[in-house]
Amino acid sequence: MKIYATYNIKGGVGKTTTAVNLAYLAATESKLRTVLWDLDPQAAASFMFRVKPRVKGGGKALIRGTRALDDAIKGTDFDNLDLIPADFTYRNMDLLLDSAGGKPGRKLAKLLAPLAAEYDAVFLDCPPGISLVSENVLHAADVIVVPLIPTTLSVRTLDQLTEFVAEFDGRRPDVLAFFSMVDRRKKLHREITENLYSERARVAATTVPYLSIVENMSVQRAPVSVFAPRSSAARAYRALWSEIQDGTE
Amino acid sequence: MTTPGLAGFIASGEDSQTCDVVVAEVLEALRQDFELVHDRGAPRGARRRTWFDTFDWRLYKADMTLEYAVAQHGGELRLSGGVAPARDAVQPVTGWQASRPHQLRDLPDGSIATSISGVVAPRALLPEVTVTGTTTAYRLLNEDGKTVARLLVEHPAVAAGEGRPLPPRLTITEVRGYLGQARRAARIVAGIPGVRPVTQPLLADALRAIGRYPGDYSNKVAADITRQMPAAEAAATILLRLLDIVEANVPGVLRDIDTEFLHDLRVSVRRSRSALKLFGDALTAPLAPRGTALTGRELARFAAEFKWVGDLTTPTRDLDVHLLDFEDTARALRAAKPDDLEPFRAYLKQRRVKEFRVLARGLRSPRFVALTRDWRERLTAILDSEKAGTAATVRSGRSRRAAVETTGTLAADRTRLAFAKVAKRGAMITPASPHDTLHDLRKRCKELRYALEFFAPLYPADAYGAVLADLKRLQDCLGEFQDTEVQIGEIRALATSMLAADEAPAVTLLAMGEVTAWLAARQQAAREDFERRFAAFAGVDGQRRMAALLRGGSA
Repeated sequence: MKIYATYNIKGGVGKTTTAVNLAYLAATESKLRTVLWDLDPQAAASFMFRVKPRVKGGGKALIRGTRALDDAIKGTDFDNLDLIPADFTYRNMDLLLDSAGGKPGRKLAKLLAPLAAEYDAVFLDCPPGISLVSENVLHAADVIVVPLIPTTLSVRTLDQLTEFVAEFDGRRPDVLAFFSMVDRRKKLHREITENLYSERARVAATTVPYLSIVENMSVQRAPVSVFAPRSSAARAYRALWSEIQDGTE
Repeated sequence: MTTPGLAGFIASGEDSQTCDVVVAEVLEALRQDFELVHDRGAPRGARRRTWFDTFDWRLYKADMTLEYAVAQHGGELRLSGGVAPARDAVQPVTGWQASRPHQLRDLPDGSIATSISGVVAPRALLPEVTVTGTTTAYRLLNEDGKTVARLLVEHPAVAAGEGRPLPPRLTITEVRGYLGQARRAARIVAGIPGVRPVTQPLLADALRAIGRYPGDYSNKVAADITRQMPAAEAAATILLRLLDIVEANVPGVLRDIDTEFLHDLRVSVRRSRSALKLFGDALTAPLAPRGTALTGRELARFAAEFKWVGDLTTPTRDLDVHLLDFEDTARALRAAKPDDLEPFRAYLKQRRVKEFRVLARGLRSPRFVALTRDWRERLTAILDSEKAGTAATVRSGRSRRAAVETTGTLAADRTRLAFAKVAKRGAMITPASPHDTLHDLRKRCKELRYALEFFAPLYPADAYGAVLADLKRLQDCLGEFQDTEVQIGEIRALATSMLAADEAPAVTLLAMGEVTAWLAARQQAAREDFERRFAAFAGVDGQRRMAALLRGGSA
């Protein structure tokens, strides 16, 4: 089982759309038994799969282990793809993780371990920010996919993240960034994407352009490959998924 | 992800039109609670499926079904039931044909082969029935447009002849995490008039449509007899059943599908001969009024003809046994290498081709055809007149019973006699007795075994089981003793003829020599085991068990 997380300190950079589209491709094209955990209390990933953002007993029951993670899993409309929905109580997940006993930074990894019998791929869709939740996610993940908006500031946050992960004891996740919401008409976007791709080893060649079809996902409530399989957005996510697989084998 | 069907239903009706109305009503009722959309992702189009089993239903008896379907690229085999890890396994297969038998060696390596080989060997897999059908898949959506359950509507038809439609099948499938919704849908479907829950798999429906049922062939006698039945009626019933088994196996023997067709045919012929010997006189005794009893001459003719059939089949069967045991024999070699025996195997195969031709000619001959035809005619006539006689006496209120021997008496008398022979001849055997005395005892044991099996329906199961278990062990011991001797003799003869035909390399002859030594050791072990086996069966306790069985049988 391989664990992928979409993460960025900043919000609104395309984490959820990335998680939803990559999980869909993993399940349907790579035929991996896949589950996506919507960790963001805003519940955007749950919304896109039309699953109600509710977990019986809330985040508390899951984190404390009084309810097995297995119980919370919902089948999506797609073969091989399941979802663990968001719950409004996830907004307090930091507190829950901290009070659950054991190593607070490794709690999520422990919860996910039993899923290995049933799934080949796990996607974690993280809320933005630096918190105990994100620390847990970074420890649990094998691959961290970082959507970046081509601005100077977001490039700095990538450096911060890379340094943070480099200090981990023992196992360190692969960090792979890619440019998201790229507007080729903007000179700054063009410059930053080109420069950073040549400067940083772990920046993907694939960029996902800024396209209204991606925004349309929340209207269609489905991955972009479902309702616009031949769109350039669908092609971009497919290319990104294959680059992630090639780069992290 | 979806899980296998939560609930299955059949839309029943007098004809396919009524069935379609029921299906339409189901869809309409579901639309009251869910939005129904076609599942575009589900496989569509006509599907053709063929079920395979051995002639004697070994998979069915082991609670397994093996299904072959043409898939997108080539075909696939699907095994349902069975034990982990092959429980409900699916495996791609190439070069498989739905219309012809397949040997186990045609199966690709994998979990299906691993899981069924032990059950099926040495039999071949035969196509039982083919079903074609179209399936329409629907998704059941909730108010968010989320799929919460699926409905499959299948319109199957038996492919034989012009195709016979079977009642449509409806399956509700659960989506993980939405069990409540699937249950709700299942309740709605169940509430529609004309819908009933599925109780039998599609295979059973399909077989029924072609006038068959699972387990419709068995090599067991299991004749429909009762204790009060006139002896002649029971005798004819048993012999007709044996003839059925003989005839059922002839096509399989002629097509040389697997070795067990011949084996079952031979056993039934041998049983018929034993039955004639044990109670053939019941067919010559005065029968019901207007009955047509067999004459002594006729009885002798049939007995002789069955002996001819038995002898006709022996050479091929002997070679089959050598070939079936070949791997084990080769593995048991110590000094020689298994490959040394290969020329021997090739020679056996070549001999079998020749012997099989003789056998096939015999089974196709007018002589064999006349035998089975005449035998059936005579037995049916006896059976019919006996049944008519019984019915007439019931109508007239007079009892025929006093004058006519009943099956209960016949069974007890003949079985007792057969047992007495075994007990007497066995008791006379000492370690110094010649081999022939054991061979003769083996024949008497077979007769006794058949007598017990013929009349098994009359006995209490537990008492019968206890007697049979000890007898089987004694027979195994005597069988091992004689079979090894026969095989040693055959291998010697084969070695001589291979040498004469210049087809015997020295290493092969040496290996064959080693095989005979190994067989001789097995024979010796069986000889040493005899006394114990015999005492267990025919000692004081064994005699008591037999007496109790026969009391139960004749009471």
